[in-house]
Amino acid sequence: MVSSLGDMTTAISVSDLVKTFGDTRALDGLDLTVRVGEVHGLLGPNGSGKSTTIRILLGLLRKDSGEVRLLGGDPWRDGVALHRRLAYVPGDVNLWPNLSGGEAIELLGRLRGGLDAQRRADLLERFDLDPTKKCRTYSKGNRQKVAIVAAFASNVELLVLDEPTSGLDPLMETVFRGYITELKQAGRTALLSSHILAEVEALCDRVSIIRAGRTVESGTLDDLRHLTRTTISVEASRPFDGLRKLSGVHDLVVDGPRATFEVDVSVLDPVLRHLADLGVQTLTSAPPTLEELFLRHYGEELAALNGNNHVSSGNNRTPGGGR
Amino acid sequence: MTGFAGTLALTRLALRLDRIRLPIWLLALATMAAASAGSIADLYPTESDRLGYATTTAVNVVARAFNGTLSSPSLGAIVMVEIFTFLSLFAALLSTQTVVRHTRLEEETGRAEMIGSSVVGRFASLTAALLVMAGTNLALAALIALALVANGLAVTGSLAAGAAIGTAGMAFGALAAVAAQVMEGSRAANGTAATIIGAAFLLRATGDALGDVADNGTEVTSAWPAWLSPFGWAVQARPFSDERWAAFVPLGLLIVAAVVGASLLSGRRDVGSGLLRTSRGPAAAPRSLRNPLGLAWRLQRGVLIGWSVAVIVLSVSYGAVANEINTVVGDNEQMRELMNQLGGSENLVKGYLAFIMVIFGLVVSGYAVQSLQRLRGEEAGGPLESVLATAVSRPAWLGSHLTCALLGATWLLALSGAGAGLAYGLIVDDPAYQTATMLRAGLVQLPAVAVIVGFAVAAFGLVPQRSIALAWSAFAVSVVVVYLGPLLDLPQWTMDISPFTHLPAVPVDAITAKPLLVLSAVGVALGVIGFAAFRRRDLRL
Ligand SMILES: Nc1ncnc2c1ncn2[C@@H]1O[C@H](COP(=O)(O)OP(=O)(O)O)[C@@H](O)[C@H]1O
Ligand SMILES: [Mg+2]
Repeated sequence: MVSSLGDMTTAISVSDLVKTFGDTRALDGLDLTVRVGEVHGLLGPNGSGKSTTIRILLGLLRKDSGEVRLLGGDPWRDGVALHRRLAYVPGDVNLWPNLSGGEAIELLGRLRGGLDAQRRADLLERFDLDPTKKCRTYSKGNRQKVAIVAAFASNVELLVLDEPTSGLDPLMETVFRGYITELKQAGRTALLSSHILAEVEALCDRVSIIRAGRTVESGTLDDLRHLTRTTISVEASRPFDGLRKLSGVHDLVVDGPRATFEVDVSVLDPVLRHLADLGVQTLTSAPPTLEELFLRHYGEELAALNGNNHVSSGNNRTPGGGR
Repeated sequence: MTGFAGTLALTRLALRLDRIRLPIWLLALATMAAASAGSIADLYPTESDRLGYATTTAVNVVARAFNGTLSSPSLGAIVMVEIFTFLSLFAALLSTQTVVRHTRLEEETGRAEMIGSSVVGRFASLTAALLVMAGTNLALAALIALALVANGLAVTGSLAAGAAIGTAGMAFGALAAVAAQVMEGSRAANGTAATIIGAAFLLRATGDALGDVADNGTEVTSAWPAWLSPFGWAVQARPFSDERWAAFVPLGLLIVAAVVGASLLSGRRDVGSGLLRTSRGPAAAPRSLRNPLGLAWRLQRGVLIGWSVAVIVLSVSYGAVANEINTVVGDNEQMRELMNQLGGSENLVKGYLAFIMVIFGLVVSGYAVQSLQRLRGEEAGGPLESVLATAVSRPAWLGSHLTCALLGATWLLALSGAGAGLAYGLIVDDPAYQTATMLRAGLVQLPAVAVIVGFAVAAFGLVPQRSIALAWSAFAVSVVVVYLGPLLDLPQWTMDISPFTHLPAVPVDAITAKPLLVLSAVGVALGVIGFAAFRRRDLRL
């Protein structure tokens, strides 16, 4: 990884980060770069180290080794100064049972250095949150809304969001996405962790996929798509015999004049040339969803979970196997 | 009867959840009864000893308020009057907490909802909680009766004594079931139940304190406030005198009425909420809530107010009886020994005043430990993660809670000294001097409290997961050393473990700077260790 310490265009840079809890190696050489002005997705299944990474970035946990820079500073040493410039929504929001939601929002805002009253009012309305209720009576989703309102109402450069929508219903998720889009337009930066692919796909400019404490892929969604296969369904007048011999074609299923297969993006061109000679009548191609990217990386794990150790990752499209 | 479906399963579940808690409580209370019965038999072996006890306690207002009235100068009756207040208070607390735990607390943890979705009737959880509570009190009554019989007391009287305590417990348990339907959550329900218990105790104490002494000099007729209290009804069973079983009728009626009331109310509320609407708060934060200190004060002030009330009541009552110390201590050799060791024998009143200030030192340490327990509470189950991700440094957050704990402790010590001094001063007609002296005697405890506080902070920094248990252990060791040290003749090094051992016994001794400075230094050093360790470590969520 290119060292980008002190670089003004880099909001977060992490390299070779290691963190152990006793025998558990939660982070095992993790890399992460978040540029200023982007919404970056930190994608991985439960237990892959997302929250641990974020907590080290916030100086709540101490790293074992590796490089960590946040907004040009060291989060362990310069925490207080850096925290004025960011807002954090924890994965599991816990509040003070005896404070009202409104009090908690304002308190968190003030501790961060102030918040915009008008924005706060808008957010309360759009998230449909009653600020006069005691925090004790809030559901998980409502506690999450308190943290989200407090974060979005602060005027900060960077938002750090750990699975921010895990307790929100679909309607509120849409509201949340609206605010992220707004924030992106305002040129602010966000790091958003998730194990929900659709969310990352909808919101993020760039993604880092982590697994067992390591970064396995990182880049824009387009970059990552190059790494994977496109699914093609085709109907043609001539037989598909030649297709089987082409390298880069996988999982071919022929049903009379119809065929479905996957193809490595790198060999798309020769495969399409081949198809052109077969008298194509209909053709649909589907770019891989993040779901597929994800399954490719966690295929082995899923196969092991399903008690099916010999299935290659390409065949392992078990419905319901994704998270 | 479908409303009761699943009651048996829920009862079994409740018993399983309580399989350690309840037996420990029952054994502890029964052991208390047995130990008291044994020691009282030793203390008052002859008829004339007992008559002496009866005549001195009958005219002693404080003894009447704390223990209640003696029904006759028999050994059994003396045992009853000595154990009743303590055991019935604990039976009541155990019962109310059991009921609230298996109704509202279960709902809050979500377990009840999970069970509620299977075949469980509307009344099942309430009925199960009441069954467990009633069974606990039956067992307690039986164990107490057994403990008394084992000490050679009459069977009928022992049964009546056990029944009086068990029935009183049941009555408060049933009242707690009503509170559980009405109040907004388990904490509020427990608080209400504890308030009812406290009020019932005060009514009984006031009634007995205001009672009339009969011509024979031993019998006391309680004044009317005692008749408003279930505790007052229970003692009317007069165990070991002329057992009056009819005294259980009003208690029985109260239990039935409360159970019926709770069942009717339970049909009118939703799972997870009480009949009273949840209280609301302001939509915006007050100005005071804008920094870590404001937050710490907001979180701690309720606890401090509660302790302040308790300390005022205790210190004024302790101070008010100082001048009657000879009758209060009476023939109790242990108490005399304890105060002589602390205060020296040449002036028993001063010794007593010095002794109660050590007690307040311990009480205030209890407050400080409870207050600092919040450190771990905020970290483990709470919002510390969010707070430390704002522009609040770890030392600032820890320092804010520490400031509240120390200022609160100082305030409570001042209050206890001033309260005892003022009450005693008014009685001996020297309020200004006594208040000033005792204020100092109270504040002298602060360095010892600071050691406990420092220890709690160090434990929080070094071993957060064990910090609450460790801090309470330090408190418990101090209590044991103060109370039992002189009696058990513990070796000096054991005594020295407790910071309170090193304090000058004001007002018997003059205030000397050296021990206070040394203790303060130890407290500060422990605190510094705690801060340094907390700065360095991971948050343990
Ligand atoms: N305080 C801790 N003590 C021990 N193990 C931990 C602790 N926090 C996290 N872990 C472990 O580290 C791994 C990563 O956890 P986490 O960062 O919470 O994952 P994620 O947020 O991606 O679900 C998991 O295996 C988890 O069990
Ligand atoms: Mg997580």
